[in-house]
Amino acid sequence: MSLSPEDIQRIARLARIRLTEAEAAQTGAQLNGIFRLIEQMQAVDTTGVAPMAHAQEVYQRLRADAVTEPNRRELFQAIAPQTEAGLYLVPKVIE
Amino acid sequence: MLNHSLRQLASLLAEGKASSVELCTDYLDRIEALNRQLNAFITVDRAKTLLEARAADARRAQGEAGPLTGIPVAHKDIFCAEGWLTTCGSKMLANFVSPYDAHIISRFKAAGMPCLGKTNMDEFAMGSSNETSYFGPVKNPWDLKAVPGGSSGGAAACVAARLAPAATGTDTGGSIRQPAALCGITGLKPTYGVCSRYGMIAFASSLDQAGPMALSAEDCALLMNVMAGFDERDSTSLQRAAEDYARDLDKPLTGLKIGLPREFFGQGMAPDVARAVEAAIAEYRKLGAQTVEVSLPNMHLSVPVYYVLAPAEASSNLSRFDGVRYGHRAADYSDLTDMYERTRAEGFGAEVKRRILIGTYVLSHGYYDAYYLQAQKLRRLIARDFAEAFQQCDVILGPTAPTTAFDLGAKNADPVQMYLSDIYTIAVNLAGLPGMSLPCGFGDDGRPIGLQLIGNYFAEARMLNVAHQYQLATDWHTRQPRLGG
Repeated sequence: MSLSPEDIQRIARLARIRLTEAEAAQTGAQLNGIFRLIEQMQAVDTTGVAPMAHAQEVYQRLRADAVTEPNRRELFQAIAPQTEAGLYLVPKVIE
Repeated sequence: MLNHSLRQLASLLAEGKASSVELCTDYLDRIEALNRQLNAFITVDRAKTLLEARAADARRAQGEAGPLTGIPVAHKDIFCAEGWLTTCGSKMLANFVSPYDAHIISRFKAAGMPCLGKTNMDEFAMGSSNETSYFGPVKNPWDLKAVPGGSSGGAAACVAARLAPAATGTDTGGSIRQPAALCGITGLKPTYGVCSRYGMIAFASSLDQAGPMALSAEDCALLMNVMAGFDERDSTSLQRAAEDYARDLDKPLTGLKIGLPREFFGQGMAPDVARAVEAAIAEYRKLGAQTVEVSLPNMHLSVPVYYVLAPAEASSNLSRFDGVRYGHRAADYSDLTDMYERTRAEGFGAEVKRRILIGTYVLSHGYYDAYYLQAQKLRRLIARDFAEAFQQCDVILGPTAPTTAFDLGAKNADPVQMYLSDIYTIAVNLAGLPGMSLPCGFGDDGRPIGLQLIGNYFAEARMLNVAHQYQLATDWHTRQPRLGG
């Protein structure tokens, strides 16, 4: 497998990371090296092996459906890049 | 005082021979004198530390001191600490003052242990040399030309240089054990789920685990008594009865069965590392332990599996850094997507971007089965190998890292070479087992060598016993680097 600069740009768009052409070229070469390492996985037959998502076989705990957190909006918004009237501001999405 | 164990420091405080304010002042003075050379700390705030120290002294005066009250700890900058800059080594969070405490931080506060500062680390804990930090690399106190290891490089360097009596770290693929080895200190990665991840900035959630870094196994045991425990705010925190991690320290090792994995002792390990590990094995035999050869046949797959699973989880976890609620936001943008793309391009460093891109790719449509699912299946095979090995032995022993600390800049250009420096540690995270590193000698270059112990699930107390008995018989852990003022 080999990723082209176009592949890299497509992945970067999915990840919402702007890459310059030079960065895409360099990243492509490095990613191809990393994927050569990763491809070793394909040599192993894993038919019938159950995927392991977690180190411990635990189940999600349930809690009572009750409010546990106090409202700390002002504290949390004090560190936001841009807020107004208790809202987070972002560029206009809907005209 | 700089070489005192935590028990010795605790005695000084209990007997009134030193106050927490005096102790913290000594360490803060040393940090002021030496941190410029080492770059082990990102944030030091004398006033804040001394405020906590005065509170610890007041608590003691009221007769309410716990076993470690007044002893300061340096926290890895991955732990959110209320009112402290918490950067995770990234430009993305270079201005982030946390509005809340991580569970681990609240445990240390409850124990009355002041925060000595926030330690440097690889950006978002992604690295094995501390060179990906936005705040510059940490230098190894044993040789300023060498890396300290990573990602908890600042934590390891500050303990080795006696800038702090103890530190916290996190370990996703070796980030406590590898820097502990490269800096000549003792570090423990507990069983997954033993220490809460709440408020610990997430890298790969199914692998991340916090643990202690200190001068000895005994110190790590005492720190585990503070750090471990159930927390309902972490959905993977395990509900278990509290235990005293120091309870077995003094047990003799007679009859202990040490497993030596064939795969750890093949090619790849540097000759000086091999010699030190062999000498440690001989020491354990003198202490009454038996050795048995075991096999971890899928061990060679752990690095490829890790570099699918960890980036996949990271790409998801790091999607929260979008310039909206906290952290960096680009100055100029045309629309919302442009804002996200520029914010993330500016805020993340090269290694973090690489891993997000790998993760995004392996999770993208059409590739999931070939990469992510296959990696999860191989993860099961790796965990099974350990389960079978532990049928034959009590602990597994081997090197922590294939070489001593490498030079700054030596592996920067080739990510794959950097990734392979974690070849002995990664499988432990995949299986969720506890592992530790302790000093066992020095290489031909005079840089420290780490011995790795791997235990079965929840066998921390036993591993600490095994490490402590070795440290009673040897003095590698007491060696101290020479540093100019």
